[in-house]
Amino acid sequence: MRGIRTIRRYFRDAAKSVVRNFSLSLASISCITITLIVVAFSIVLSYNVENFAESIRKDVTIIIFLDSDATTEDASRIEKEIKSTGNVEKLTFKSKKQQAEETANENEIFKTIINEWTDETNPLLDSFELKVKDVEIIKNTANKIKEIKKVNTVSYGEELVDKLITIFNVVKKISIAAVVALIVVTAFLITNTIKLAIYARKREIEIMRLVGASNLSIKIPFVIEGLFLGLLGSIVPVLITIYGYIGLYDFFGGKLFNSALAKLITPNPFIYLSSLLLVIIGILVGMFGSWQAVRKYLKI
Amino acid sequence: MELIRIENVQKTYKNGVVALYDFNLTIKKGEFVFVIGASGSGKSTLIKMLYREEKPEKGSIIIGGINVAKLKNRKVYILRRKIGVVFQDFKLLPKLTVFENVAFALELFGYDKQSIQRRVIEVLDLVGLKNKIRQYPDQLSGGEQQRVVIARAIANNPKLLICDEPTGNLDPDTSMEIMHVLENINRLGTTIIMATHDREIVNKLQKRVILIEQGRLKKDFEKGTYYNERY
Repeated sequence: MRGIRTIRRYFRDAAKSVVRNFSLSLASISCITITLIVVAFSIVLSYNVENFAESIRKDVTIIIFLDSDATTEDASRIEKEIKSTGNVEKLTFKSKKQQAEETANENEIFKTIINEWTDETNPLLDSFELKVKDVEIIKNTANKIKEIKKVNTVSYGEELVDKLITIFNVVKKISIAAVVALIVVTAFLITNTIKLAIYARKREIEIMRLVGASNLSIKIPFVIEGLFLGLLGSIVPVLITIYGYIGLYDFFGGKLFNSALAKLITPNPFIYLSSLLLVIIGILVGMFGSWQAVRKYLKI
Repeated sequence: MELIRIENVQKTYKNGVVALYDFNLTIKKGEFVFVIGASGSGKSTLIKMLYREEKPEKGSIIIGGINVAKLKNRKVYILRRKIGVVFQDFKLLPKLTVFENVAFALELFGYDKQSIQRRVIEVLDLVGLKNKIRQYPDQLSGGEQQRVVIARAIANNPKLLICDEPTGNLDPDTSMEIMHVLENINRLGTTIIMATHDREIVNKLQKRVILIEQGRLKKDFEKGTYYNERY
């Protein structure tokens, strides 16, 4: 009973003090708002880059051409051997006939040429299309497949894929570092703003201590106040994230540069998860800032 | 029964000024003690150490079983809940009403609303301010503000009331009124230690007087007066 009363009083006091010290609360709230907007941008950016990377990785395919004299038995043997490498997400066989038909459908000129071919004169090769499970070891897998009998050529755009993998790893690391750095900077900024806000209430803290308030019971209302400030400060960034991202998504029609690979993340549930993340960051940073700021006035 | 025992206390400030030197004092329960001395004598330091605003570097200060000299910063509140402190500059919260200022201390201890209400009215009645509970501190006179501070200090029934020049900012008539309030409280059993400069008060009340000079206990009169000492 006594505990519940105390907790209720903490919340009441914190809410009161946000309202009573409105101008200073507003300063802290805007500080949180501005930094959270920047954090929101970097979250959106880094997740989308990560998403591009993921879709490009998923799209990496190894094309395996068989020798021209490979029989159907050879093909099924090779299929088994490829599967035994373990790094197989999806494996599709495409006979030279299918390949020819597909190409013929691409345009009229091809069609006239290809229609001249018979099964014997078809110069194309039977092939497998392999989507790998783990793109990081694609080189290794490709080399293993090259060793298989009656495999003619193996190609996966080695250089491009290798480069992309490195670039995306770097981008991912940089964006994580940026988000972390931003959060740390925000925490410092907020600590200082709240310090200013609390400075105005130095006397109140001093009196609280003099009449017998324990350090913890002084700190808690301030920390709850920080929670409120963080919550209020994250309203605008959350709105910007939700409506801004939906707008952006609609404007670009879901993809950048009209490319199937540069797809934007679909807004639902991405924006809600990001908003939740923003609110949590705001609250934690507000609470941490208040905690740090009030500590200073609790010595001696 | 003794309430306060101060033994071999020494306090030097960071700038090298020795405020108290090998100081010893005992105060019994229920006493009313004046602490007098010129500015810079160490009187304020002594008072501040009693409510642990300052820490001695040597010696011990035992108040009601708590060694204040060794009390950790984090645990100061344990002491402060057992004592009441009255200041020269009042230290009231300007944004709270008289009632809220007194209730403030009680709320910290987690009393329920009815008990707080009852006790606040009771102590405000005792200091003669029952009719001003809805006012804010800046609507009150200096004497009235000091009464509020006294009410706040005794709200939690402390064994000891420490007063640091409570009449320093008040005119003689108002000072005497405050002293009557304090005498009343003392009569109800609370020990009072009061630092003061006010001759008239000390001479009139005829209580125990402790004279501090240059950081040492110079004189301890059972029923002393101020005027037979030279300043």
